[in-house]
Amino acid sequence: MKLYVKYDINLACKVILQEKLEEFGIEYELKELGEVEIRGNLQPDVQKQLEAALERYGIRIVSNHKNTLIEKTKDIIIEMIYEKEKLPNTNISTYLADRLNHSYGYISNLFSEVTYSSIENFIIIQKIERAKQLIIEGELTLTEISYQLNYSSVAHLSNQFKKTTGLTPTAFQRIIKKRAGAR
Amino acid sequence: MKPVKAKILLADDDEDDRLFFKDALESLKMDTEVDMVHDGEKLLEYLEDDSNELPHILFLDLNMPCKNGFECLDAIRQSTRLKDMTVAIYSTSGDDRDIETAFVKGANVYIRKPSDFDMLKKTLSEVLNVDWQFRTGGLNKDTFLFSI
Repeated sequence: MKLYVKYDINLACKVILQEKLEEFGIEYELKELGEVEIRGNLQPDVQKQLEAALERYGIRIVSNHKNTLIEKTKDIIIEMIYEKEKLPNTNISTYLADRLNHSYGYISNLFSEVTYSSIENFIIIQKIERAKQLIIEGELTLTEISYQLNYSSVAHLSNQFKKTTGLTPTAFQRIIKKRAGAR
Repeated sequence: MKPVKAKILLADDDEDDRLFFKDALESLKMDTEVDMVHDGEKLLEYLEDDSNELPHILFLDLNMPCKNGFECLDAIRQSTRLKDMTVAIYSTSGDDRDIETAFVKGANVYIRKPSDFDMLKKTLSEVLNVDWQFRTGGLNKDTFLFSI
């Protein structure tokens, strides 16, 4: 028997974070996009334990300003790709600059400097990851997926998929199905 | 966030290919450390030996004596210790069936061995870059398929 599950990554992370903060008896307030306001200061050993507890869920505490800005940039991009209604009407660079209160040039340079990859490249990788997930879920056709991810056409999505993974979306789908059958 | 040194293992029976690979890797501006084994049985011995630190990524030739690449791949994916290691097939075969079989058996990357040195450099740098994204970017490893 097989179960197919869908999950909301944002919600899951938020709940884990809340549970852990409460477990350590920390008074907190969750702000937007992964910002947590702590009342008072954390004892260093408590912070260490909290970091260790969160690490197994892939949640990391980023403290310095540069890293925080990069993480926020990533979060906004992922949020845009995973929640279609969050897609801005303006272009992505203006949207990022508005949300982060820095010029796009500054954000973009910092991003490349810290992650060794451009924002544009990050967006493509994330969109293709999302496309893979939607292909596996099997509820949408490729045309619907290309529309949902804001591609101008299914050919555009297929080209970018092929360029990023070396495989066509159909070959990818066939391999994943065969893999599932082989196990 | 400086990329940590990538630990690489190459399993290939052809000495020229091994040298070619090493030269290309060393000429990249990346911090890498490479170990090599000459056939499939030696590869599995290496991987099963707890005193060897597991590589981040294994480059695996398909045509090898003793145990071929596909047999090694099966053994790797059945082992709980090894199943999460990135496996890149490194083969002269560009046959679509070989490519598909490799992915179905659990390979993450399929590389058609380039014969040109600059192409090899470019290919290795791209593969290491994609692997880095998957290892550190929180991407789903189950869908890590990359053919080049």
